[in-house]
Amino acid sequence: MGNLTEKKFDFIIAGAGIIGVIIARELSKTKNRILLIDKEADIGMGASSANSAIIHAGYDPIPGSLKAELNVRGNKLWEETASELEIPFKRTGSYVVAMGGTEFTMLEELYRRGITNSVPGLRILSRDEFLTREPLINHLARGALYAPTAGVIDPFTAVVAAAENAVTNSAVILTGTELKGLNLQDNKITGIKTNRGDFYTRWLINSAGVQADSIMHMAGVRPEFSIKPRRGEYLIFDASRISLNNVLFPVPTDKGKGTLVSTTVHGNVMIGPNSMEIDWPGSPDTTSEGLAEVLKNATRLVPSLKTSDVIAEFAGIRASGGDHRDFIIEIPQVIKGMINLAGIDSPGFASAPAIAERVMEFLIEAGEDLELRKDYNPRRVAPPCFHKLSHREKAELVRKNPAYGRIVCRCEEVTEGEVIEAIKSPAGARTYDGIKRRTWLGTGRCQGSFDYPRVIEIMSRELGIPVTEITKKGAGSELVLRHTKEKEAV
Amino acid sequence: MKDIYDVIIIGSGPAGLASAIEAKKTGAMDVLVLERNSEAGGILPQCIHNGFGTVLFNKDMPGPSYAEYFTDEAEKYGINILTDTAVIDMTPSRHVYANNIISGFIELKGRAVVLAMGCRERTRAQIRIPGMRPAGVYTAGTVQRMVNIEGYMPGKRFVILGSGDIGMIMARRLTLERARVERVVEAMPYLTGLRRNYVQCLQDFDVQLDLGRSVIGVIGDKRVEAVKTVKVDESFFPLPGTEETIECDTLLLSIGLIPENELSLKAGIELDPLTGGPVVDDKMETNVDGIFAAGNAVTIYDVADYVSLAGYTAGKNAAIYAVKLKNNMIAYRHPNMIKITCGYNVRSVVPQYVSPETLSATGFTLGLRAQTPMEKNVLIEILAGPTVIKSYKENYVRPAEMIIKNIKPNEWFCPGIEELSVIEIRLIEME
Repeated sequence: MGNLTEKKFDFIIAGAGIIGVIIARELSKTKNRILLIDKEADIGMGASSANSAIIHAGYDPIPGSLKAELNVRGNKLWEETASELEIPFKRTGSYVVAMGGTEFTMLEELYRRGITNSVPGLRILSRDEFLTREPLINHLARGALYAPTAGVIDPFTAVVAAAENAVTNSAVILTGTELKGLNLQDNKITGIKTNRGDFYTRWLINSAGVQADSIMHMAGVRPEFSIKPRRGEYLIFDASRISLNNVLFPVPTDKGKGTLVSTTVHGNVMIGPNSMEIDWPGSPDTTSEGLAEVLKNATRLVPSLKTSDVIAEFAGIRASGGDHRDFIIEIPQVIKGMINLAGIDSPGFASAPAIAERVMEFLIEAGEDLELRKDYNPRRVAPPCFHKLSHREKAELVRKNPAYGRIVCRCEEVTEGEVIEAIKSPAGARTYDGIKRRTWLGTGRCQGSFDYPRVIEIMSRELGIPVTEITKKGAGSELVLRHTKEKEAV
Repeated sequence: MKDIYDVIIIGSGPAGLASAIEAKKTGAMDVLVLERNSEAGGILPQCIHNGFGTVLFNKDMPGPSYAEYFTDEAEKYGINILTDTAVIDMTPSRHVYANNIISGFIELKGRAVVLAMGCRERTRAQIRIPGMRPAGVYTAGTVQRMVNIEGYMPGKRFVILGSGDIGMIMARRLTLERARVERVVEAMPYLTGLRRNYVQCLQDFDVQLDLGRSVIGVIGDKRVEAVKTVKVDESFFPLPGTEETIECDTLLLSIGLIPENELSLKAGIELDPLTGGPVVDDKMETNVDGIFAAGNAVTIYDVADYVSLAGYTAGKNAAIYAVKLKNNMIAYRHPNMIKITCGYNVRSVVPQYVSPETLSATGFTLGLRAQTPMEKNVLIEILAGPTVIKSYKENYVRPAEMIIKNIKPNEWFCPGIEELSVIEIRLIEME
């Protein structure tokens, strides 16, 4: 994701989160030239990197909203998208759990909303039926709304897989590239200014998440609109200590869907989020109060969750649209050559393929030729995941490529072969965190203690850069500052 | 490469190498040691400080020299050490699956197996330090490896959380590499590492130690810029108004070690929640026949020499087991194993079981840890029911220092001892 001689594109997409990469993938199937940029050192570093990883069923959004329509449609489309891109995705179903009589009546309201939104298969379960399905649930539960189409996804792989497929189909990705301004002619976008110079484009697609508002303002669109970033904190549990069968939600309130208890595609119980408006820019941080709040809410549903079994905590950010509660998906009137995607908070991930579909429809209406190239490849093949293979398959893999014979992460059993693959893949990793998200190394009990020196060595060799230039998540986050014995004033 | 060995040892640290040598000396023919690092010695090659060999050799050696003694011995005895080899699976029937660049994915079978995987470090997640997630938060052992093996410095200004031995030793090491150690912060009201390390590593290098304080926040988006510390009470609750922000670029965590037993679990081995390691008997045999364990995989030691001594015991008994099996004899386990339980102020004990035969005929080595410090006139009491059958005087007991006792034959005795199901150990302070 670096060298570029080409400066002219048909479409530039700003922001390589799940929305940006899925749109890039769709457009890369056509004859157009596509550039996807992101200011961070890797793709998918914003809201897509830390969220609930749920493909919601769609009973929650207000009927008639874009959120309602695109969630239900996106949920359906993920089936094919995940299959073509080999993204871990499980239709686990989800339960909204009612704890008392008042909450139980709210389930009926939610059920009706779901039916209006055309969510398939919804059913209200009695307490007894629900308890047999999820024995760990608080026995005070009155019943639950069951939504069979909800699922869990691996959000990191989803972003990476869509980006890889886009690159395979000739899209260009530039990370570490920040949009600084627009070039206009006769009120039409002709190009963008970035820290890496100017690029020409006929269209700018704004999928910049938390910064979508500032790009809109550059173009003079919706000056009154602003993104109100909200932080959500999460806790992850040791898979060997607790496991759940299901995705569990509390009854939603005005503030949102509440703190859920779910199981990731990797088999770890995950709880969260809470919701707190925060300042931007900056990374969202975890707080003792926030994590305590998440735990308190989650133990209301599953009383046996224990802090001693927590292996990781993180905070994510949602690019909420403040008072504008629905998604913004528009070709604005005041300027030509722009598509804005803003306020894409939950259910944004679930809606992503449907949002991309909607963008394609808008472009066709605007007269764009989106005929598919004959040679486009819809498939992305997942790289080998050593620890998931059988003994026989492991032996075969190591025989073919000895790099898979060296374990670099002992807890998750990630091999050198997988790290090299993560670096050399079409939208390859350039940071330690990028390798972590692609291979899942460093996510287990030792949280990277074992793999750091090994991964630094492999990255230095494969990328041909000194160890002092290896970063955790881009410039300024160098992992090693100097060599020993080097003279230096402290 | 053979696929059946008398004794397979997983790990070539101080426990594994000692096991291998003793197994060979006891009569095992084929002994194979599997090591995931590229050189033998486990963690020893990165422990370039001294303090090794004081018990076994009456010498004060650095870690690499201590390792070299054992690797030289191993070579002399023709023991095969396979490096760059990670064991990734194991069954109760002692099938061992390992991964290696040269040999590929291999399946081996041991007549006996010794688990000597050592331990891993506790991490930020386990003590739940809130804040951001920048680069520059490392465990002490990782930094020790970076500095002493790889030759690079992960930071310039350090705050060290935890007064464990590795943390203090790293404070000295980093200072010698011209880094600044701003503070060592310890949540306990007392030192958790050895006293001698406090004197030699902190006092002698003017490093400030803050007892009864903990880190409650990490500040920095890309790289650590500062950490927030606070005074805590006995239950580790932060005391408001005592916050301090210390500027630094690295937070180094030395907050305890956990026996590494993922493989043990795969082989169906019972773990002791108090030690975090396998439940073992006086022969260092686990609940699974023919699988032995030694060293930090069993319980966290503070002196490597005792790790090697436990390795000798495990290696010897593994060899006896393997040779018997080869001669179609059934390895014998005494039908009445006596459980050793933790009484007042005893946090953990190893071994957890002893046979009456061992008590009367051969003796054994007992290791125990105190729950809280007792600073004067301490008695270790051994009880059979309500009766004290033996007691030992100690000047003090501290959680940081394992108490090791070599129990001679009949040193613990009472009428009918062979019928006992439990022996209790407790610590009391005399008036």
